Amino acid sequence: MSGKLLHREAKGAKVSEPDPIFEMFKINKSFGPVHVLHDIDFQVHPGKVTALIGDNGAGKSTLVKCVTGIYGIDSGSMAFEGNPVTIHGPKDAAALGIEVVYQDLALCENLDIVQNLFLGRERTKSGLLDEREMERLTRETLSSLSVRTVKSVRQQVSSLSGGQRQTVAIAKAVLWNSKVVLLDEPTAALGVAQTKQVLDLVRNLADRGLGVVLISHNMNDVIQVADRVCAMYLGRVAADVPITKETRREFLVELITSGQSGNVGLREAEEVTI
Amino acid sequence: MSTDRDSKHRANNEVTFSDAVVKEAASDFSFDSEQRDLSMSVSQYLSKLRSGDLGAWPALLAITVLCLIFGLSRSSTFVTITNFGNLLQQAAPIIVIAMAVSFVLLLGEIDLSAGFSAGVAAAVLAVRLQSSWNLGFSILAAAAVALLLGLFTGLLVARVGIPSFVVTLANFLSFQGILLELVKDGGNVRIENPAISAIENKNLSVGLSWAFGIIVAVVFAFSVLRKQRSSGGTVPLSLAFVKIGLVTAGALTFTAILAQNRALPAAKENGIKLVGVPYAVPLVMILVIVVTFVLTRTRYGRHLYAVGGNQEAARRAGINVARIRTSAFAVCGLLAGVGGAFLASRLNSVDSNTGGSQTLLLAVGAAVIGGTSLFGGKGRMLNAVLGGLVLALIPNGLGLVGKAKVFGVWRVDFSTSGVNFIVSGLVLLVAASVDAISRKRTVS
Repeated sequence: MSGKLLHREAKGAKVSEPDPIFEMFKINKSFGPVHVLHDIDFQVHPGKVTALIGDNGAGKSTLVKCVTGIYGIDSGSMAFEGNPVTIHGPKDAAALGIEVVYQDLALCENLDIVQNLFLGRERTKSGLLDEREMERLTRETLSSLSVRTVKSVRQQVSSLSGGQRQTVAIAKAVLWNSKVVLLDEPTAALGVAQTKQVLDLVRNLADRGLGVVLISHNMNDVIQVADRVCAMYLGRVAADVPITKETRREFLVELITSGQSGNVGLREAEEVTI
Repeated sequence: MSTDRDSKHRANNEVTFSDAVVKEAASDFSFDSEQRDLSMSVSQYLSKLRSGDLGAWPALLAITVLCLIFGLSRSSTFVTITNFGNLLQQAAPIIVIAMAVSFVLLLGEIDLSAGFSAGVAAAVLAVRLQSSWNLGFSILAAAAVALLLGLFTGLLVARVGIPSFVVTLANFLSFQGILLELVKDGGNVRIENPAISAIENKNLSVGLSWAFGIIVAVVFAFSVLRKQRSSGGTVPLSLAFVKIGLVTAGALTFTAILAQNRALPAAKENGIKLVGVPYAVPLVMILVIVVTFVLTRTRYGRHLYAVGGNQEAARRAGINVARIRTSAFAVCGLLAGVGGAFLASRLNSVDSNTGGSQTLLLAVGAAVIGGTSLFGGKGRMLNAVLGGLVLALIPNGLGLVGKAKVFGVWRVDFSTSGVNFIVSGLVLLVAASVDAISRKRTVS
């Protein structure tokens, strides 16, 4: 049953990598008779952008929901910074420092940037909201992420562009000293300039030492910004390979659509059972 | 810009954020650090208005237009200090119940039973006072009942998951039933307690009126200056002084008008004096300030707006959405109960229709006319005050206009309830349209 991975032999190029900050081993998950995740092995490395690609129904979203504990796993184990962990819900994930930026961003449009960043974790001074401190921290966080397009941190989110909203959502995720950030299609609805803005930010997060997982359907984005790519195919990991200068878009597309490309990917015999 | 965060990054990873980079980036929040003068502030405010964020202006415009129309057609009765005092007392109950309803409107919910929550609280108060409980316990009993009614609604909406429209429609009936049981069918409970009756019928002494006017001006000045100082130059000092000047002039004019004897001429001859700021004014003002403080300066208020804006986002941020929603209905009930005390005081009695007929519609209307959105997430308590004034102006003005010729052709009796309802309804429709249209503009 186990999908044997060939990528290590295939790619060969073994760079000394930092230990993964978050690992999943042999994760299985079924919804009734439907086996959605088969023996998934997945690692997130600090300072690296790991792209998670796969066609619709490949299991990306399910995997993310297992990471955050929204779905419980049937078997397998997880480790955070080398220590085994169990995650029972988003609160556990957040406590470890794992944050997810979902596609719908979850921002309150009627509130401004500061209010959104600190939502649910407002700073208070003698019981009252400490607006000045929150404003200061917001400016600091946004500048450290090299966000330059926002005129005022007191702008309502409803007045921001799609890229700016994505930026705010990401800033919200990293404000709390998180160590792993999962981004669900952050560029899906953005124009060219805004996409670049967000990808720069994604790179910036990794350069700060965070482990970044980028879920994307856009292969150009993946090649441009990711260090590794984990391709899923019908609930299995088809390949987990570093991205190099030679990585071609066609290679990734083939992995997504057929689970293999050249000598990388799932073996023919193994893809029959779902 | 503190560097402790930067140094933390340096420790965590090799990437360094040179101070130069951080400074350059920081300079990009141009709007937050820009030193503005008066004209820049004004033009910035105008562009905010153009973007669809109209704030309190529609309500202020409505007040001005209504005053002009009524004033021009019946200057002898409408533009009198007697009527000015009346108007404030007529508006007070609407304003308080509108504030109550605003809490649930902020969540995008509705409380159709708030009018009868007020009625029930008024009845409890009246009945307790009649069976000679002391004032404090009577008020406590009324407040507790009002709070429980709101809590009951809130639990059904937030925990059971029934739409608030349905829950409060049902409660509209059952609360009315409670009210009938309390006052006994067709009955009428008189308010004889001087304190309760004073709320809507008595005035501050002239000295206290002036003290009140001056305190309002001073407190406002302090809060504006405090804001100006903490803004770091983005709010020009000149703008602060303009604001302070306008409000001080307004507060003193207001007090000066009400410090005169406004008894009707016939009563004046009998030596009756009617002077001073009505008690209702400082009472409503204190309520507005306290509630505004809770909404803008506490975590609870922030979470209320967040749940009204995007429930899912609030939930993911770790806010207990069900608790916030339940509490909003409870606060709505409690404040409606306070409104009930105003209603009871106004008529000096409680009957089966206290808080009934159009009370609730006027309250919701007042909130919406003031600029509180029916879609949730947007609104201030000041809106309820302005909206309440608009809706008090309409019956007041129409009643005084009475029979008149329109365009010199039709003879219309404007003082009838029919005309009053039609005009109030139209004003409410205009307000709802302004809400919907300005919302469209800000979204697009």
